[in-house]
Amino acid sequence: MTDFDPIELKRIRWRSRRGLLELDLVLERFLANGFDQLTTAELFAYQKCLDLGDNDFLDYVNGKAEVDDPELAHIIGILRAA
Amino acid sequence: MTIPVRRFDAVIVGGGGAGLRAALQLSESGLKTAVLSKVFPTRSHTVAAQGGISASLGNVQEDRWEWHMFDTVKGSDWLGDQDAIEFMCRKAPEAVIELEHFGMPFDRLENGKIYQRPFGGHTQNEGEAPVQRACAAADRTGHAMLHTLYQRNVRANTQFFIEWMALDLIRDEDGDVVGVTALEMETGEVYNFHAKGVLFATGGAGRIYAASTNAFINTGDGLGMSVRAGIPLEDMEFWQFHPTGVAGAGVLITEGVRGEGGILLNANGERFMERYAPNLKDLAPRDFVARSMEQEVLEGRGCGPNKDHVLLKLDHLGPDIIKQRLPGIREIAIKFAGVDPIKEPIPVIPTCHYMMGGIPTNYRGEVVIPKGDNPEARVNGFYAAGECACASVHGANRLGTNSLLDLVVFGKSAGDSMVEFIKNEMPTWKPLPANAGQISLDRIARLDNQTGGEEVADVRAAMQRTVQARAAVFRNSENLALGVKEIQEVAERVKRTQIKDKSKVFNTARVEALELENLIEVAVATLISADARKESRGAHAHADYQERDDEVWMKHTLYYGEDRRLTYKPVHTKPLSVEYIAPKVRTF
Repeated sequence: MTDFDPIELKRIRWRSRRGLLELDLVLERFLANGFDQLTTAELFAYQKCLDLGDNDFLDYVNGKAEVDDPELAHIIGILRAA
Repeated sequence: MTIPVRRFDAVIVGGGGAGLRAALQLSESGLKTAVLSKVFPTRSHTVAAQGGISASLGNVQEDRWEWHMFDTVKGSDWLGDQDAIEFMCRKAPEAVIELEHFGMPFDRLENGKIYQRPFGGHTQNEGEAPVQRACAAADRTGHAMLHTLYQRNVRANTQFFIEWMALDLIRDEDGDVVGVTALEMETGEVYNFHAKGVLFATGGAGRIYAASTNAFINTGDGLGMSVRAGIPLEDMEFWQFHPTGVAGAGVLITEGVRGEGGILLNANGERFMERYAPNLKDLAPRDFVARSMEQEVLEGRGCGPNKDHVLLKLDHLGPDIIKQRLPGIREIAIKFAGVDPIKEPIPVIPTCHYMMGGIPTNYRGEVVIPKGDNPEARVNGFYAAGECACASVHGANRLGTNSLLDLVVFGKSAGDSMVEFIKNEMPTWKPLPANAGQISLDRIARLDNQTGGEEVADVRAAMQRTVQARAAVFRNSENLALGVKEIQEVAERVKRTQIKDKSKVFNTARVEALELENLIEVAVATLISADARKESRGAHAHADYQERDDEVWMKHTLYYGEDRRLTYKPVHTKPLSVEYIAPKVRTF
């Protein structure tokens, strides 16, 4: 549970629409299942992921690239499992 | 209710490759230019283009734009307009070098020139041998293009309206385009953008199909807006497909899997390609395999609870080969199909990739529609470029790497035409009509007040199932006629969709309902256009009319939404400077 601004949560949902279908599919699944359980810290980290370029984001989610940023590593782990 | 107005010289809808290239032309000429985009521009679907951008630079092998033109005309199965094709292929080297000068990081040869790779359909001297014509930035060509163009636009002071959705085109009583109505997602407020010129660069509409490689944002917004404003759509029966996308997801499984020995099975476990192609079996040409797969589904031998796909079996190759030679495929299957191909087959289905048709334009990017005796009268103030436009360079079938080229060549050309029009013909703004934006307000009010309607997701799924079943790669008269009837029934349901969330701020449910109203226009146009074309040409393969019929059907379809009628207009057979390339049978 989180005290995140509900409007910000809606904005995050919209920003989960991406230019690459593969990301759309992963994030759609995640929004339906898992997103509502994120802590405030995880939500901040997810917001940061959404600022990534689509190719980098997908490479992280697919495990093709290592996540150096420890703040992102945890949330990417959640997305990989989604 | 008064709608607030924002005023610009030029308004561009869509922030992908074509929109950004056009915007740059306008901003750099000193015009006040706005770009409206549903998502951040560098996250437009252009980002998915990996293969490259074609241009006859001749950096690796001898090449000429005339050869590129021949390949494109042949690829289009002689439905492409030869003036537009000549324009694009001649401009290609200049367009690529311009991108290079903008800072796009192309792969290079040791001598410093741009490296070029081979790509299907591109040849030397009219089919003699393959040629290396595709310029790429690793496997991120679209991504690199978007970033390069976005940065240039920021420098040129293009004004971006990000997370704004255009809702409707504004035409005055003369039929001229004077603006666009748009929704600011963050507030839920509706604005009229008053402009001297409007350009649509809204991309494709592949989401009309159940199986599509397109991102969720590709909902044909520009096409829906055009239809509602009385502008016809051109050649909507032509859609490009890949044979093996993961069923229910759309992610592609490369043909290399069948090359390695993967085989296709129907619900009875039968290797059905042995029946359709006794010699080549699963390695028959791409379109043939796709049609055979769909025929199995249509005849009731599909797999799964909805009997809507076939299976791609790999497990007989053994875990070692799968892990060594097809690691990416195993990962895709696990992630998007939920199966490990070492143990289980992958559910696959022919998957829509690209829309050849669109808003009718000439090679100058001007939207042109029939008026009196003129089949191509300019709509003042209205322009389109990129996948949403039909120039028509791709005709009945697009060549790989020609789509990124299309974006930059026609984005720039449309931008130039707009600059010329605005500076020479539009000293001031034509007034907005009194009811400007009312249609958009009515659409939103309908959604807010609808009771007893259906969920958007349910109706969208019904549309996608119908288009997939009736107008994908296997087409015959009976199936298409059924599709025309069914899709019009779905269109009635779209009029009664309902949303639970009536809030204003970032209401994704409302956006999706409005997007569905665009998709359905494209879906109906596709079925009605496909049903009428009694021949096989390019991507439109008709089982009851298996030959191309140039005598009767070498013409462009135009679909009008208001009464769902079709007219036709001639294909441009006169190139700008070279001889006409006369039709031949397409053999490879």
